[in-house]
Formats: sequence, C-alpha cells, structure tokens
Amino acid sequence: MARVVVDVMLKPEILDPQGQAVQRALPRLGFEGIADVRQGKRFELEVEGPVDDAALARIHQIAETFLANTVIEDFSVKVEVGEGADATAGQGATAVKAES
Amino acid sequence: MTLDTTKHAAQTPEAEQPWAELGLKQDEYERVRAILGRRPTGAELAMYSVMWSEHCSYKSSKVHLRQFGEKAPESDALLVGIGENAGVVDVGQGYAVTFKVESHNHPSYIEPYQGAATGVGGIVRDILAMGARPVAVMDPLRFGAADHPDTKRVLPGVVAGIGGYGNCLGLPNIGGEVVFDPCYQGNPLVNALCVGVMKHADIHLAKASGTGNKVILYGARTGGDGIGGVSVLASETFDTAGDSASGTGKPTKRPAVQVGDPFQEKLLIECTLEVFKEDLVEGIQDLGGAGLSCATSELASAGSGGMRVELDTVPLRDSSLSPEEILMSESQERMCAVVKPEKVDRFLEICEKWDVLATVIGEVTDGERLEIYWHGEQIVDVPPRTVAHEGPVYERPYARPAWQDALQADGADKLPRPATAEELREQVLKVIGSPNQASKSWITDQYDRFVQGNTVLAQPEDSGMVRVDEETGLGVAVATDGNGRYAKLDPYAGAQLALAESYRNVAASGAKPLAISNCLNFGSPEDPAVMWQFAEATRGLADGCLTLGTPVTGGNVSLYNQTGEVAIHPTPVVAFLGVIDDVARRTPIAFAEEGQLLYLLGDTAAELGGSAWSQVIHDHLGGLPPKVDLERERLLAEILISASRDGMVDAAHDLSDGGLIQALAESCLRGGKGARIVVPDGLDPFVLLFSESAGRAIVAVPRSEEVRFNDMCGARGLPAARIGVVDGDAIDVQGQFSIPLAELREPYEATIPGLLA
Repeated sequence: MARVVVDVMLKPEILDPQGQAVQRALPRLGFEGIADVRQGKRFELEVEGPVDDAALARIHQIAETFLANTVIEDFSVKVEVGEGADATAGQGATAVKAES
Repeated sequence: MTLDTTKHAAQTPEAEQPWAELGLKQDEYERVRAILGRRPTGAELAMYSVMWSEHCSYKSSKVHLRQFGEKAPESDALLVGIGENAGVVDVGQGYAVTFKVESHNHPSYIEPYQGAATGVGGIVRDILAMGARPVAVMDPLRFGAADHPDTKRVLPGVVAGIGGYGNCLGLPNIGGEVVFDPCYQGNPLVNALCVGVMKHADIHLAKASGTGNKVILYGARTGGDGIGGVSVLASETFDTAGDSASGTGKPTKRPAVQVGDPFQEKLLIECTLEVFKEDLVEGIQDLGGAGLSCATSELASAGSGGMRVELDTVPLRDSSLSPEEILMSESQERMCAVVKPEKVDRFLEICEKWDVLATVIGEVTDGERLEIYWHGEQIVDVPPRTVAHEGPVYERPYARPAWQDALQADGADKLPRPATAEELREQVLKVIGSPNQASKSWITDQYDRFVQGNTVLAQPEDSGMVRVDEETGLGVAVATDGNGRYAKLDPYAGAQLALAESYRNVAASGAKPLAISNCLNFGSPEDPAVMWQFAEATRGLADGCLTLGTPVTGGNVSLYNQTGEVAIHPTPVVAFLGVIDDVARRTPIAFAEEGQLLYLLGDTAAELGGSAWSQVIHDHLGGLPPKVDLERERLLAEILISASRDGMVDAAHDLSDGGLIQALAESCLRGGKGARIVVPDGLDPFVLLFSESAGRAIVAVPRSEEVRFNDMCGARGLPAARIGVVDGDAIDVQGQFSIPLAELREPYEATIPGLLA
C-alpha cells in the first residue's frame, strides 16, 4: 500500500499563534538561533490501489475540501514510496499550492 | 521598486495610481489630489482609500446618523457620547459602563471561525480603549435557511470562533440572538457586542495632544493579514478581495482574513488596564479596521497638534511588507498609546512584564500634519482630519421601492387560520419546533456563560445580566433584538420594534433601560430602495430614542450585505443597556411555583404581519408589522421594574416573535411547570396565542401579591388580564388543547441539533 502525505501549513502572511508560542519558548529552554517557527499539520494517507493520477486528483480534492482550510492554509501533496522513503520529484510526486 | 516619497510624488504628478482598485471613486481621488496639492504617494493613497471606505468613513450613512445626535434626548446617564471608541453610561455608585455592538459580517462569511473570533477581539479592544475592563460579550447572529448546506458550513464555524476567542479571554457570553432566513444566505450577519465596566475617574479618550509626547504601538507584530480588508470587504463582491494588494505593487495575493490570538489579547487587556491604573497614557486607540492608518490619523486629528511616525520602527512579522501594506494591515491584538516622555520607561516596563511587545514609533508634534517616514524619507504628509473625519459624505438618492405597497397590501389576515382546536395544537408544535423559535441551547451551550462568576442571567433569559459590584449587588443588563421581517414590511416601524423589544427585554428582567447601541445591517447604499430603508430605519430609531428618553451611545453600520441585486432584509439590531440596583431582585423567565397567577400585560390585537406563525405555517411575508406604541412600552417597563423591585412578580417574559404561546412555552419549559390558560372573553384563541402585538409581557404573580399588583396596574392604566395559573405538567388552553411539556420539549430542543449537529 502506498502512502501519500499531505502537509498543511498556514499561509505565510497568516498569524500562527502556535508557532509563535514555540518560538518564544525556545530561548527560555536555552535553544538559541531560531529566528521563526511555523507550525503545520501532516496527514499520512494509506491509499488502496495504485497511486495514479486519478488517485492523486482525489487526494488533492480531499485536501482542498477537508484537510486544509484554503482560505488561510496552503497544502502540498507528495507520494512516499516503500517504507518511509520519500519519492523524489519526477516519480509522480506532485506539490500543489492551494489557490485562494 | 523605488520608494514613493512625497518628494517623488511632487515630481511625478502624472504617475498612474491604482485608486480604482483600492476602492476610491474618480472624484474622491481628485479630492485627495486637491487636499494635498499634488498626487498622493502610494502610502497616502493607501491611507485615504481605507479611511474613506464605507466601513471607516460612513460616507453613505453619515447624513442619516446625525439624527442620533440631533434628536438626542436629555440624559444625565451619558458620560461620553457618539464619536469615541464607545459611549459611556453612568450606572450609579461611581460606576460607569461602556458597551458597543459592531458587525463582522463579511469576514465571517469568508472564514467563519476566524471572522467571528476576530469580531469578538475587535469589539473587546474598543471597550478596553475607553479604560474599561471588559466583563461580558453577546452575539446577535443571522444565517441563511437553517437547512441550507452553507449554513452548516458557516454557523458551526462562527459559533466555535465566538466561543473559542471569548472563552480564552475569560469573558462570559451572556446572550444575543440566532435568526435564520433565506435572505441572509451568502450574507450572514455576525454582530458582536462587548460590555465593560470602570469607575468614573477611569474614562479615557482617544486623542494625541502635548507636543513631544511619544506614540507607542504595543501588542502583536504587524503582518500581512487583512490588507485592504476594510476597503474591499465593505464593497459588494468578494471576488476582488485578492486584487487589492496587487494595487500596491505586490504580486502575491494577500487574503483579507485575519487570524486572532486570544491569549495575546488577554495580555493586552491586563497590560492596558495596568497602564491606565498608573495614569501613564494621554490617549489611546485600538487598531481595528484600517489598522495604523486609522489609529494614527484618528489620534492625531482628535488631538491638538500633528504627529510624526517612523514607520520602519513598527515590529513586523514579515519583513517583506511594504510601507503601504504596514499602514493598511489589520493584524489583530494591537493598540496605540500616546505617552508623556517621562512616563515612557514605566509604560515599556509594564508591557515587558506582561510579555507584550511595545515600540515607540513616533511622537506628537506642534505642526498640523501627520507625517510618516520610512527609513528617513517622508512618505506621508497629510492633514490628519482629512483622512479621519473629513472624508466624503454622500447624499445618496433614496426612494420608497415600488414593491413596498404591494408587500404591505398582501396582509397576513388573508392567510387561512387553523379551523379546529386540533389544527391549532399542531400549528403550535410546528411553530415552537421551527428553527427560529426552537431552543438555541445547542449554540449557547458552546459559549462559557458563567466564567468570572458574575453572570446573573444569560440565554435563554430575556436579557443577559452581570453583577458589577459584589458588595451592593449593582448590576447591568443587556438585550439585543432585531427583526428583519418587520423592518422589511416597514423599516421605520421595524426599527422601533427592535428598539421596543430590547427595551422591554431589559425591563422584563427587572433592570431600568438607560441607553442603546445599534448595529445597522443593510444592503447596498447605491440602491435607492435600500437607502430608503436605511433612512427610514434610522429616523425610526432616532424618534424612538427621543420618546423613550434613551440616548444612542454609538454603534456601527454595515452596508453592502447583498448578493447581486438581492439585499438582505433591512436589519437594524438594537442593544439596550439597563441598570439594576441589586441583582438579587432580577426577574427570571421561568415559571417555577405552582399556583402563581399568570397575567397578560398590554393589549392583544390580531397582528400577524411578519409573524413567526405566518413564516412557519404559510412561508408568508406581507402586510404591516405590529403597531408601535412607545408610551405604552414606557408604562409597561415601569410596571415591570416596580414589580421586580417590590417583589410582586416571580417571573416575567416579554412577548415578541411567536407571541404568547412562544413565551408560555419558554417559561414553562425553563421552570419545568405547566400552565392552565383561559382565553379571555372576546378574544380568538388563535389570535391570543400567535398575535405579535407589541408592548406586552406575561408575568407570574404570587397569590399574596395579586391585589397589590392589580392595584398598581389599575392605578397606572396598564391593561392586565388574568389568563391562567402555573399548574401541572402541560400547557392547557381551556376548550382548545393540552400539550404535555414532554411533548413540547421534544421539537423545541431537538430542532437545532438535528439540523446542525
């Protein structure tokens, strides 16, 4: 079974209170040198059957309508081949920017 | 990209400027050029365009809103009137209360959660800027049809956003309204109200005076959110939302949505109250719509002198922002203060203590100009009043629409009424279980109503009430009401009915109504029919306030609530504030004691135009709304307040949409006791139960108080008819029907969760 990963991030200009909270905590814990933190969500979808264009289109639709709030979030879709090995670009991996 | 400085602008008078994309009209742009004697810089254009937008300048509504000042009744209660961030009302014992209701309609349609959340955040900062501690919030909400799929997208998001933001701040949500009507499809109304309390001495006004005083921006960093929100969102289409920023030369689309951070706002509240307490501020302004453009120009124009701002000192979340974008950004949780130089250190110290970022961004000058610099180069040089207060004013044409007569002629008296007692019973259950009349607990249970421990009454009571002073029991009550169906039939009467209902609701809970705030939600002012509705509604409100002797403390206008040619029902929402000397004397709606006598106060006529019955049973809107008699409302309110103070009634419920049967159902279900009702001679049972005649309430009188109560009503000339008794576990209308409470509760409580959960 193939795994497709959907990463959802707040759009760059949108305020990320969670990321800011993490960033503020870092120096308090002695971790220096991090200028900014943005926090997102990662979905791992186990796909039944082949990960073909049709399947990716379906996942794109899932991400657009349900996993991400495209008013304030961007998402990207990528295919993982085998056990945790990332597919390299060109092997059917697609990165999709949501349109607002 | 070269920086568009004032010098550069003077040298390049012919440069093309995207004034149209920013929402300015040709003549408005020409006026900016005339004011400045040259073309505006990009930054100046950004400021004028947002500040002259409908949302900020009230350019279409101003001529009508003046009546609220001109017709203002004499009132000792008003300490600060219209024009400040919020009005302030004297509630006695040295306390003052400030409250205001605002709209956040368009953002809540685009992104329901964040739109509604930042609506709460914005109104809370308005109250805070007056020096008051926010103590409660309320939300009058209107959505499309309850069973429409988009309502299921918008409503849960809005409710979660209000709950999420308010709960994080620790503010109880004590009431509001939820109304469904297809006319709000695509244009939901999300209005937000906040109440704040302070001592008289703590009132603070927004102004920047005193040459050399420092301008401090504190709170969140400035990011690229909500850029152009005010100018573009307050226009009729959302499609252009992404284009506004491109006008400032940025290729990326900036979403007109802001994300709020309630924990940052909580820090801002505590920090602001502390700097007030130590008397460290001369003037203060919250940053809402139009962000820094608004705060700097309003502070400067309210003060005596000019202001100089070093814009590059503004802390940014995104270093790529252009000066225009910084000026227009609507990043949340920011405030601007004017502080004397010797107090700056202490101010910054307090901000640091609360972990609030604070930066001196400029100072008050002895000139008369607002000057803004970017890395030493001047990019703005304007007279601040021309930005903030002397924007365009339109006398928009208005005309009574041609269809108004036909609408009014199509009266509800022609609708078939129930022929049998059995049919009447069925219709009662149908109306009580309809989305507008059913219990809204599923929604209000998602809010924290009791945090802080001062909530005395909250939904579904007639008004929300909070205790202000623990020692004396002094409290304030607020009710919000509006009925777009009434206002559609007759905007003048409809606005007065909203006023009357909120007034009645406050009085029914035992508090004395003092002052109002309003949120006027209408369609496009460019449509003469809508403008007529607006003119009529504001005239009705101003006249009504004069009769009731209650001033308007401020409010908000939301126009362009329409899709294509179709506008929402005109929806003036009125928030009435009242005071009660001791909250222990409040009157709840619940019928809790068997044997208590039920009195119907006021006159009942066959008034069904715009009624809940006509909507639910016949899907009909036509005729005239109930008659308004504000003198009668005054008398009724006096009786309700006296009866509460002297312990003559144990329960009271105002009669409004749904009529007597709605009030009976709510009071019986709330108290878990039934009622036996006898139809008075000469009244049709159907009319008695469903008529929506105004100026009425039902009260539960202990038998021991009956004589005294009757004498009081008789002496003051208020019709009071004994129509029944609290008894049993059913609503029993003699000779008609009996509905066990369990059977009534089912549709009343299951409808909303069934549609939305």
